[in-house]
Order: sequence, then C-alpha cells, then structure tokens
Amino acid sequence: MTMVVLSRRSLLAASGSALATGVLATSVSGLLLPARADGLAPTDSMSGGANNYRKGAPVVERIGKGGFWMSGTVRRAGDGAPLAGQRIQIWAHTVEGQEHEPQSHGATLTDKDGKFRLEMPQIIPIFGQPHGHLAYDSGDFKTVFLRPVMRSAKETSLEAHFVLQSA
Amino acid sequence: MILIWVALALAVCVPIAAAAGSEQLAWRGPVYILAGFAGIIALGLVLIQPLLIGGYLPGFSAYRGRRAHHWIGGALALAIVIHVAGLWITSPPDMIDALTFSSPTPFSPFGVIAMWAIFTVALLALLRRRLGLRPRTWRFVHIPLAIVIVAGSVVHCLLIEGTMETISKAALCALILGVTVKAMVDLQVWRKRRTLRGESVARQ
Repeated sequence: MTMVVLSRRSLLAASGSALATGVLATSVSGLLLPARADGLAPTDSMSGGANNYRKGAPVVERIGKGGFWMSGTVRRAGDGAPLAGQRIQIWAHTVEGQEHEPQSHGATLTDKDGKFRLEMPQIIPIFGQPHGHLAYDSGDFKTVFLRPVMRSAKETSLEAHFVLQSA
Repeated sequence: MILIWVALALAVCVPIAAAAGSEQLAWRGPVYILAGFAGIIALGLVLIQPLLIGGYLPGFSAYRGRRAHHWIGGALALAIVIHVAGLWITSPPDMIDALTFSSPTPFSPFGVIAMWAIFTVALLALLRRRLGLRPRTWRFVHIPLAIVIVAGSVVHCLLIEGTMETISKAALCALILGVTVKAMVDLQVWRKRRTLRGESVARQ
C-alpha cells in the first residue's frame, strides 16, 4: 500500500506546477488553433469596452487641449501584417469631460506601419479605475472594443493593440 | 469613555474629509460626487453597526444600542440606494455591467454582493415580526449576511481607485474588520441556544 503524505510544502509545489502547466497549455493552445496555424490570434473585445461608445466620432488632430498620449498598433490576424489607414476611435473620462460627452471622443488613423497615436486630455479615474476606451468599428474587419487600464492615475500615456480579423 | 466616541468620529469623519479634499472632485459632476460620498458614508455606517450591537458605545444601553442598530441599518440601505442610483445616472452601462456581474472592474462584484446582503437583512428586519422569526433563526440568517456585508464592503472599497485617500481608507477598513471580529467573539455568535445580551429586554 502506498501512503501519500501531503505536506503543505509539497501541496504548494504541486499546485504551483499544476498552475504553470495550465497557463502553458492555454497559451500553447492559443497559438496552435487550427484555423490560424501560423499566426496571430485576433484581439477579443474587452468587457465594458463599448461603454459610453458614440458612433462616428470625427477624426481629429487632437482631442481637446491634449497632454496625454494614447497610442497603439493595428495588425491583421494570422500573418500579423500592419494595417495602414485604419480608423481607431478613442474616448475616456478626462480632465475636460465625462466619458459620454462628445468632446471626450475622437478618432485617428493608423500610419503605414499600422501605428496610431492621438493626443488627448489627461485621463482620470472613473468608476474606480483610470482607463481609456478604444474601438475599431469601420466594418472591413470585425468590430473590437478595448478598455485598457492605466497602472497609475499619474501616467500620461496608455497603449492598446488591435489584431483584427475579417468581418 | 469619551475617547471611544472621539475615535469613532475620527475614524468616520477623517476619510470623508480627506475625500472631500480630493482633486478628482473637480472633474466629476454633482450626481457622481453624491454617489461617491454615499458610498463612503455607507462604509462609516458599516463600522458603527458592530459597535452598537457589541455594546461598545458608552451611553447606549443594550436596548438603545439595538434600536440604533436598526435605524443605522435602514440608513445604510438608503445610502446604498443613493450610491447605486447616482452611479447609474452617471454612467448607465458601467452600472449595468456591475449589477449583472459582467464588469471588468474586480471590485464591482464585492460591492454588488454586499448590496444584496444589506437589502436582504433590511427587508428581513422589517418583516421579522410578521414572519415570526425566532431570535435563533434571525441570528442564523443575519450573522452570515453581516460577515458578507463587512467582507464585501471592505474588499470593494480597498480595490477602488477614487476620491478616498489610501491611508484613511485602509484604517477605516481595518477598524471595521477588527470591531466586527471582536463583536462576534464577544457575543459568541457561533454558539447555539445562548441568550444574547438584550434579548430578555426585548421580550419584556
């Protein structure tokens, strides 16, 4: 008869390795999905990402008086090719307005490297977290809503990255 | 004696005053500000409840402590209604996410669970006589819900980045946990068939 002795240390070690295996398995299966065997998985919309979204915010040079930078990249799912000229809509609760107000919304286009960068007013914590909202909603690819959170309310920039799949 | 009252006033008022000085307020509308402070006041009321029922507030007899516990409980439910309604008006989609447990913010479910626990206790307290709940049955229902309310409220507010100042918030939360544990230990709430302080008074 085999006796299994579970000390706290061995239990911790076992659960730790189980956790690591789980994480590893998840990330590996994410990479090995048959439909996109060679590639980059599309970004899923984040929960709450579409909150206070307004359709058709105009492309602007800058939202309000600026002072804060929202930047990121837009790439194609699968091969990861940068997508130029894509319209990304950005909004947040800032020092110049609440999330739902029109002056808090604006859009920008990606450059030839699929990068975008838009100056906007400083984001401040709203509903318990300093966060921004971004949307790809132009229709050529599937709509994606992102809701990145700042590590600290004092930060003056925030990034969000899109990997889009065909609509 | 008076020291306890001074400590209580400080524990509740310092966080409120600190939040009133927050620069965040400049960028919030009046309804959002009201909703936020209703939440902070609710947290203060959560501290008063175990103090009252544990009999730690000088000047309150067991009977008066219990009466005050009822009224403060009602005020707590009202504060939560104002908190939730104000946040709903401020940003309906964020509040709907929170109430349906689909919010991206980790603190939301703790707040919502504590809210339902508060409403349940308040409703049962109102109907207690009509339902004919015996003291034992009442305790069996109320004590677990009280634990949920305290734990949920504390986690909820600690995880929020808002107008509350960090140290005064953490101190208030620590006091709430400490007083709740002390009250539960002193009243030996886990024991069955024990006449609690004041019960005989209530029956007279």
